Amino acid sequence: MARIDLEDVGHRYAGAADAWALRPMTMTWSDGGAYALLGPSGCGKTTLLNIISGLIAPSRGRVSFDGRDVTALAPEARNIAQVFQFPVVYDTMTVFDNLAFPLRNRGWSGARLRQRVEEVADILELRPDLPRRARALSADQKQKISLGRGLVRPDVAAVLFDEPLTVIDPHLKWLLRRKLKQIHQQLKLSLLYVTHDQTEALTFADQVVVMSQGEIVQVGTPEALFETPAHRFVGHFIGSPGMNFLACDWTAGAATIGGVRVETSSKQAPPAGAKLSIGVRPEYLELAPTPGANCVPVRVAAIQDQGIHTMVRLEVGASFAWAKLRTTSAAPTPGSAFARLPPARCALYADERRVA
Amino acid sequence: MRLSGIHYRVGSELWLEDIDLSLAKGGINVLLGATLAGKTTLLRIMAGLDRPTAGRLLAGDIDLTGVPVRQRNVAMVYQQFINYPSLTVYENIASPLRVARRNEAEIRTRVTALAETLRLTPFLSRYPAELSGGQQQRTALARALAKDAELLLLDEPLINLDYKLREELRAELAQLFADGRTTVVYATTEPLEALQLGGYTTLLAAGRVLQSGPTMQVFRRPATLAAARAFSDPPLNVIPARVDARNHEAVLPDGVRLPIAPTQASEIVLGIRAHEFSLAGASGLTALSGRVELAEISGSETFIHLARDDARLVALIPGVHDLALNEPCTLYVRPASLYGFDSSGRLLFAPES
Amino acid sequence: MSSAKPVNQRAWWFVLPVLISVAFSALVPLMTIVNYSVQDILGPDQAVFVGMEWYQEILRDPDLHGALYRQLVFTAAVLALEIPLGIALALTIPARGWRASLVLVLLAMPLLIPWNVVGTIWQIFARGDIGLLGYVLTRLGVDYNYSQHPMDAWVTVLVMDVWHWTPLVALLSYAALRAIPEPFYQAARIDGASRWAVFRHIELPKMRGVLTIALLLRLMDSFMIYTEPFVLTGGGPGTATTFLSQYLTQKAVGQFDLGPAAAFSLVYFLIILLLCFVLYNFMKDSR
Repeated sequence: MARIDLEDVGHRYAGAADAWALRPMTMTWSDGGAYALLGPSGCGKTTLLNIISGLIAPSRGRVSFDGRDVTALAPEARNIAQVFQFPVVYDTMTVFDNLAFPLRNRGWSGARLRQRVEEVADILELRPDLPRRARALSADQKQKISLGRGLVRPDVAAVLFDEPLTVIDPHLKWLLRRKLKQIHQQLKLSLLYVTHDQTEALTFADQVVVMSQGEIVQVGTPEALFETPAHRFVGHFIGSPGMNFLACDWTAGAATIGGVRVETSSKQAPPAGAKLSIGVRPEYLELAPTPGANCVPVRVAAIQDQGIHTMVRLEVGASFAWAKLRTTSAAPTPGSAFARLPPARCALYADERRVA
Repeated sequence: MRLSGIHYRVGSELWLEDIDLSLAKGGINVLLGATLAGKTTLLRIMAGLDRPTAGRLLAGDIDLTGVPVRQRNVAMVYQQFINYPSLTVYENIASPLRVARRNEAEIRTRVTALAETLRLTPFLSRYPAELSGGQQQRTALARALAKDAELLLLDEPLINLDYKLREELRAELAQLFADGRTTVVYATTEPLEALQLGGYTTLLAAGRVLQSGPTMQVFRRPATLAAARAFSDPPLNVIPARVDARNHEAVLPDGVRLPIAPTQASEIVLGIRAHEFSLAGASGLTALSGRVELAEISGSETFIHLARDDARLVALIPGVHDLALNEPCTLYVRPASLYGFDSSGRLLFAPES
Repeated sequence: MSSAKPVNQRAWWFVLPVLISVAFSALVPLMTIVNYSVQDILGPDQAVFVGMEWYQEILRDPDLHGALYRQLVFTAAVLALEIPLGIALALTIPARGWRASLVLVLLAMPLLIPWNVVGTIWQIFARGDIGLLGYVLTRLGVDYNYSQHPMDAWVTVLVMDVWHWTPLVALLSYAALRAIPEPFYQAARIDGASRWAVFRHIELPKMRGVLTIALLLRLMDSFMIYTEPFVLTGGGPGTATTFLSQYLTQKAVGQFDLGPAAAFSLVYFLIILLLCFVLYNFMKDSR
C-alpha cells in the first residue's frame, strides 16, 4: 500500500515542444483508495498513468511513493502492477505459470510459490483453470490473469488499470467490475483506473479525477461530480446524457429564463459580463401540464421510449434540453408543457464555472 | 431485403444456422448479439462479400444470392475507421461519386452538404491520419452516405470511440436516418444501443436468430429466456420457482409467494429486470430479502448486488445508497413486472404495458 | 471459432494459368523422369525396361551415401548457424528511424547478388595470393588453403552461405518482431522479467509463424545448393564439398547416364519433400 505524491508533474512528448500532454499538476493519492481517471481520448489520462507506473519519465516534476522519490525508478522497481487495454498473457505457459512468473523472477519456488498462486487464483475464481494453457481462455479470463500477475506479488503497492474492460462483452463487464470492487474491499490496495466510460469510473472509484486536454478539471466523489460539477465540462461529460445548460439572464438579482424567474442552488451573484446558463440534469427535470414555481414553458418536441426510461426532447426558447423520465411516471404528450427545475438540483454557471 | 434459410459453414463449423430475417425498408435494423454471435458474418453475407452455403437473399423479387458485392447497391462502415489514407477527407467522401462518374459540380455540392451534416467542414483538406477517432469515423460514414446506396451496413461503428462521443454520434446517426431513404443495418453488442436507436431489432446468439421484430416489442415480450437475457443490461435477474396452481402463485425456494398469471406449468423461471426493484415497501409489492454483496454508485443511481440462497440479484435503484457489505437488505418488486418462462425457456407471461 | 477463411470458388479460375504452366514446366518433366528412372537408356530410341534396378543401385552407391551425408551435415550446420544469427541480428536493429532503414538496406545487399557472382566473390576473396581474407590469414600464420585442405573448404563454403543468406532470416525476423504490440514489453518489464525471459516467452512465441517460413526456405534452398559451392571449390578438394545436387549433375550430365540420374533425382525430390513435410507438421503441431 503506498501513498503516491505527484509534485509539479508535467509531460511533453519529444517533438511536440509546445504541446503539453499533461499540464504540470500536484496531487496526492492516498493509501488504499480507489481512484478513477476519467476523460475523453487525448486528455492525458494514460500519460498520467504511465508516469505513475514508471513507463514514462515525466519531463518535469517529482513522483514519490510513501515519501520516497521514485521518479528515476523503473517500473519493476516500483512495486506496481498494470493491467492493459487488451489482455497480456504469456501464450506458451499455463495459467499457473503465468501467475507464477513474477514470483519466479524474484526467486520464489516450491510450496510457498504454489500456495500464493492458488490464493490469488481463488480470489479471481480461476482455480479450476490453473492447469490450462493461457492461450485457450476467453478475453475476460485473460484479463483476470493479467490482473492476477499483478496481485500475486505480496509487496505490490498499487494496481493501475488502463481501460481494462475495452474488449469485454457487456454481460462479462458486469462480473469483472464486481470482482474488481470485491478485490478492492478484500485486499485494500491502492487502485488507479483510467477510463473514458463514466459508468465504470463512477461505480469503481471513491474519488474520480476528471481530465480534459492535459489538465485536471475536478476531483471528487462520484456523487459530488454528479450533483455539483464545478465546470461545464464535468457536467457535460458525466451523466448519460450529460447536463442540460439553458441560457439565462440575470435581472434584478435573480436568474431568468425567457423572463421566468428561476431559483437555483447558487447563492452568490455571478460576475458581471459573464455568459450565464443554468445547469440541470435530465434526471431531475419534471414535466407538468400547468405552470408552477420554478417552471419554464417548453415544447415537447420528441418522445423516445428506451425501455428502461423515456427520453423527452424539449425545446426551451432557442435551445433544447433532454428530460430522462422513469417509465413508471406519466407519459408526456407532444406540444406545450412546463418543465420544473428543482432549485436544489440546478445551479448557475458563469462562463464555464459554477457559481457557488 | 429478406434472408431465407441462410446457412454459412466454414470448414467443419457452422457459423450461421437457419437465418430467416426481413429487413424493414427505410428503417434502422439493429443486430444485437455477443461477440462471435455471427453479426459480422451476417453483414458480410448481406453485403455480398461472402456467399452463403445455403439459403437465399432477396431484395424485393430479385434474387441477390450469387450477386457479387460490386454489383450490389450497398455501403459499409467498419469498426476500425477505414478510410483511404492517401486521400484527403474531401477526396475520401468524393470517391464513390467519382466511381459513379458524376460531374465535378455535383460532386462538390454533395460533398460539402455531407461534410456540413457530419460536422467535417473544417477538416476537408486534411488526411485521415491527422484526424481524431471520431472524425475519422465520421469521414467513413460520409463516404458511405455519399454512395447513396439503398442498404447501409454498420458493423459496431462506434465501439472504438469514447463513451461520450458514442452518445453524441448515436444521436446524430438516429437523426441522419430518420428520413427513411436508406435501409440501415446496425450491428452492436450493447442492448442499450438497440434501445436508443429504436427501429427493429434482431437478437443473434451462436449463429441463430433468437427473435426479430420492432425493438420495443422484442424488449417487452421476449419469446424465450435466452432472448430476454440477450436483451438485458444490467443482466436479467433469474429465479427458479414452483407454481401453486390453485392460488396462481409462484413459490420461491425460501417460501416467498408472488401472484402470477394462470399457467399450466408446474416449474417456472421468473425473470426480473434490474430497474423494476425499489427500496421502499408499499402494499402490493413483494419483498425479497438478502445480503448486500456490493453497492455500486453511478452518479444518481445505485446498483445493488443482493445475494440470496436461490439467486444473485442486481437492482438499479434511483438515488445514492451507500450500503455496507453483508448488510441485510430488502428489495421490493411489483409482481406485475415479472416475466415467467417454462422449463424449456419459452415465455409464459410478461408484464402488460 | 477456427481461423479458416471461407473458400472462394472463383479463385480456382485465377490459379488455372499458373497451374497449367507449372504442369508443363514441372509435372510433365517429372513424369518424364519417372519414365526414365525405370529404363536403361543405351542410346536414342534404344531403351530397355529395367524396373527398380536403378533405384537399388543408387541406394547401394557409396558415392551417393557420401554426398548425402555431406549434404545433411551442411544443411544442419547452415540452419544451426543462420537461424540464431538472423534472430540475434533482428533483435539489434532499431525499431524505427533512419538508422534502421540504413541497416536494413545494408543487410539486404548480399541477397541481391547473383549466386554465381557470390561464389566468384568468395573464390577470389579467400585466395591466399590475391584475396584479402586468404592473404591476411596466411600473414597471421594460419595455414589456410581452401583448394587443398578439405576442412578449409568446408569452413569457407559455410561462411559464404551464412554471409549470403542470414540477411533473409534477419529481415523476416525483424518484420515479425515489429508486429508485437508494445504492452507486451511493458507488462514484462513490470513483471520483472529478464531480457532472456522476454525473448523466450514473448518474442520467440510471437515469431513462430515467420520462423517456420524462414526455416523451411533455408532448409529447401540449402538442400538444393549448387552454384555457390561449385564456383567456389568445384566440389573439391576431391569430393570434400560435393553435395547432392552436384553429384546428381555429374551423374546425369557428365556421364550421361540418364537412367540412374533420373532415379536419383526422384529420390532427391522425395527426400526434400519428406523433410519439409516433417518439419512443417512439427512446427504446426507444437502450438
